[in-house]
Amino acid sequence: MQDFLSSLVSVAFHGLAYGMILYVISVGLSVTMGLMGFVNLAHGVFAMAGGYVMLSAMNSYGVSFPIAVATAFIAVAVASMVLERLLYSRLYTAGELDQVLFTIGLIFMSVAIARLVYGTLPQPVRLPDYLTGQLHFLGRDFPAYRVFLILFSISIIGLLWFGVERTRWGAMVRAAVDYRAMAQSVGINTSRLFTLTFALGSGLAALGGALGAEIIAIQPTYPFEHLVFFLIVVAVGGLGSLRGPFVAALLIGVTDTACKYWVPEFGAFFIFSVTIAVLLWRPEGLFGRAA
Amino acid sequence: MSPALETQSLCKSFGALTVASEINFRLEPGARHALIGPNGAGKTTFVNMLTGRIPPTSGRILIGGEDITALGQAARVKRGLGRTFQINTLFQNVAVVDNVAFAVAEREGIAWRMFRPARSYRGVLDESMALLDTLGLAADARLTVAGLPYGKQRLVEIAIALGLKPSVLLLDEPAAGVPSLESHRILEVLDALPKDIAILIIEHDMDLVFRFAQRITVLTQGTVLVEGTPAEIAADHQVREVYLGERHA
Amino acid sequence: MNHTGGYVADPRIRAIEWLPWAIALLCYFVAPTYLPLGSYVLTMIIFALSLDLILGYGGIITLGHSAYFGTGAYAAGILAARLTGEPLIGLLAGTLAAGLLGLITGLIILRTRGLALLMLTLAITSLCFEVANKATSWTGGADGLGGFTIQPILGLFKFDFLGKTAYVYCLVVLFACWWLVRRLVYSPFGASLTGVRENNVRMHAAGAPVYRRLVIAYTISAALAGLAGALLTQTTQFVGLKVLGFELSGELMVMLILGGFGRIYGAFVGPLVFLVAQDYLAKQFPEYWYFGIGAMLVLVVMFARGGILGIIDAIIARLRRTQS
Repeated sequence: MQDFLSSLVSVAFHGLAYGMILYVISVGLSVTMGLMGFVNLAHGVFAMAGGYVMLSAMNSYGVSFPIAVATAFIAVAVASMVLERLLYSRLYTAGELDQVLFTIGLIFMSVAIARLVYGTLPQPVRLPDYLTGQLHFLGRDFPAYRVFLILFSISIIGLLWFGVERTRWGAMVRAAVDYRAMAQSVGINTSRLFTLTFALGSGLAALGGALGAEIIAIQPTYPFEHLVFFLIVVAVGGLGSLRGPFVAALLIGVTDTACKYWVPEFGAFFIFSVTIAVLLWRPEGLFGRAA
Repeated sequence: MSPALETQSLCKSFGALTVASEINFRLEPGARHALIGPNGAGKTTFVNMLTGRIPPTSGRILIGGEDITALGQAARVKRGLGRTFQINTLFQNVAVVDNVAFAVAEREGIAWRMFRPARSYRGVLDESMALLDTLGLAADARLTVAGLPYGKQRLVEIAIALGLKPSVLLLDEPAAGVPSLESHRILEVLDALPKDIAILIIEHDMDLVFRFAQRITVLTQGTVLVEGTPAEIAADHQVREVYLGERHA
Repeated sequence: MNHTGGYVADPRIRAIEWLPWAIALLCYFVAPTYLPLGSYVLTMIIFALSLDLILGYGGIITLGHSAYFGTGAYAAGILAARLTGEPLIGLLAGTLAAGLLGLITGLIILRTRGLALLMLTLAITSLCFEVANKATSWTGGADGLGGFTIQPILGLFKFDFLGKTAYVYCLVVLFACWWLVRRLVYSPFGASLTGVRENNVRMHAAGAPVYRRLVIAYTISAALAGLAGALLTQTTQFVGLKVLGFELSGELMVMLILGGFGRIYGAFVGPLVFLVAQDYLAKQFPEYWYFGIGAMLVLVVMFARGGILGIIDAIIARLRRTQS
């Protein structure tokens, strides 16, 4: 019983950390898909890029961990802005097929670049000493890194939610998600709004990719391999919503960890089945608005 | 004789917003009936409920006395309900004659056939060509729709609906977006429509409504304000208020 | 060159449509060492044809077509390993298994559209992958399924080391598939699929049972994909997990887009160009190869929607205009 309880806590804890990372990576996808109606399958590229930027900064240039994470966020956000202006923005009015093909093309290109620069092996992650130990509370040990992940993610999410609910930018985003034509007609500069929101979403993905580098290994096939999970978070949670993907990400994080721990022979079987069931029941996702 | 189309206490609300309440409406066989009303009166919602694109919250819809409230779009078409769209809804990259032929083939029940070439079903092609001929589109039959001027595309809308041989035809603003120079052509076509089809026309253009319709129903805020002959409607002070009020607002 | 079907389109086979078959026969005699690659290209053409049916003609965007290819491949492999190595029965088993899965999943997937539909195709493929990965006693799991033998075709033609029999076998099966798909495209059913792709709303208003029709088209497409999968199993005498992977779905999509979709022969040109180029480039310069595919997709979307055949069409049209 004691064993079971301790593994229960451990699974919940690891699952929570994984779910938080999934959410930080995917939330940008939810917003950009809801806001711009753009099927961006290449979202994982930004997460991978964030991971590579952080690891390069640390491993090759000896930059400290916090600075490296910040660099990843800023570098990817700026790069995605350029990409949005040059390429994405041309396809906002295009059909779904064009968007799917275009973003798959981007994935292929980024996978190739990652292989060319970093090779096929996962990059080693050297965490600073203060994150490698165990924290002792409530009579148990918890890995410090994951505690940090959870706390940091919560603060990021808090900031994001505050931004969307309380700031002028957030009000514009919400208006544009709900009534795009109206937002334009009342003089909201939607093209600038799109660019900024896209950059923020990509930056968050980079942040998630960098922070979670130890949980989701940074390697060239990253955008392909984890695409399904990012998409599940958004599709199950509901497009354009902030809360929906949060619930979905935590559910996936905990379920996936639990399955791997207790019934490894089922693998990701359970998650895919539940995804299919949810989408049949509510095609617009748990928290999405009915069309 | 039962009406061609009838609604009984038809209601629709989206959450707290009621867009149709207690609409009782009768369309007699062979009627020329117009549905008018200011923007946001619920005309489009009403049409979408009739065709089965959105389900009503409560109430019944009947075609020829048969309750079709629970049926899907395709089943309603089979029972004789045809429609045109306010904004052209056509197969843009397909030949004009194929646009009509698709509808004829569905009506004839041959669209499931998988083996013989479509072209070998001469009846479908001949009927579609004949229909286009009566609308003056024979010369354009083999062009793609995308290559036609907008006014002619409006006629293709009507041609597709006629290809279904409907007993009830809903015309959703047939002259919308057509330059006034070409709109007389649409009027000619409307006047020449077979007399046995019951027609409900939804229209903003009052000249067209008063020329075409024998009866007029006025819809405001999701309910029937008044119904009557064109003369009665023209003289009705409520209607004047609604329309004048709208213009002064 | 454009095969759009419909009630005025001429369904007769044009002279140029014999060209691919002439080339395929020529390859048999001219390039005997490339026959295994040739067999693979022919197999992938069948797979691409199946995708063209549902994507190019039906307008359904799927990222999970490998589910049906893989199901056909494993069905044929398991049958050969456990019951019989008779190839034609194996083809039938692969086709039926994939068709059945297509019917069941089609009923689910086609209720939705947009992101949900895309997601469902992905989830179903991933689910199939997990099943194959974990059911090791049946599928061999990550090690793959091999060690079975395929009997001679009709008891007459043995599969040889050079791959001659396999090549001719693939060619004959492809020919049959091409003939069927072509009939389907030019039939009233094919015309109605084009209608659904061009304008779903109008098709509903024309009284078409859109959902049921798409489910049937999806089932046929899945069955064809399964046939291709079974063919791969029999000609390589091995099934690996790759046949169910998302990457295969992605590559297939790339091949079809490269050739041009919704025009039958795009499914011929795409796999040929893609796989031959891959054979030359992928081993020596894998990074550049992937980059090239990605860049090509982006360019096709931005500038050349019709793929290779679309470009050829445009060139021919321009030549005609300058002549007249």
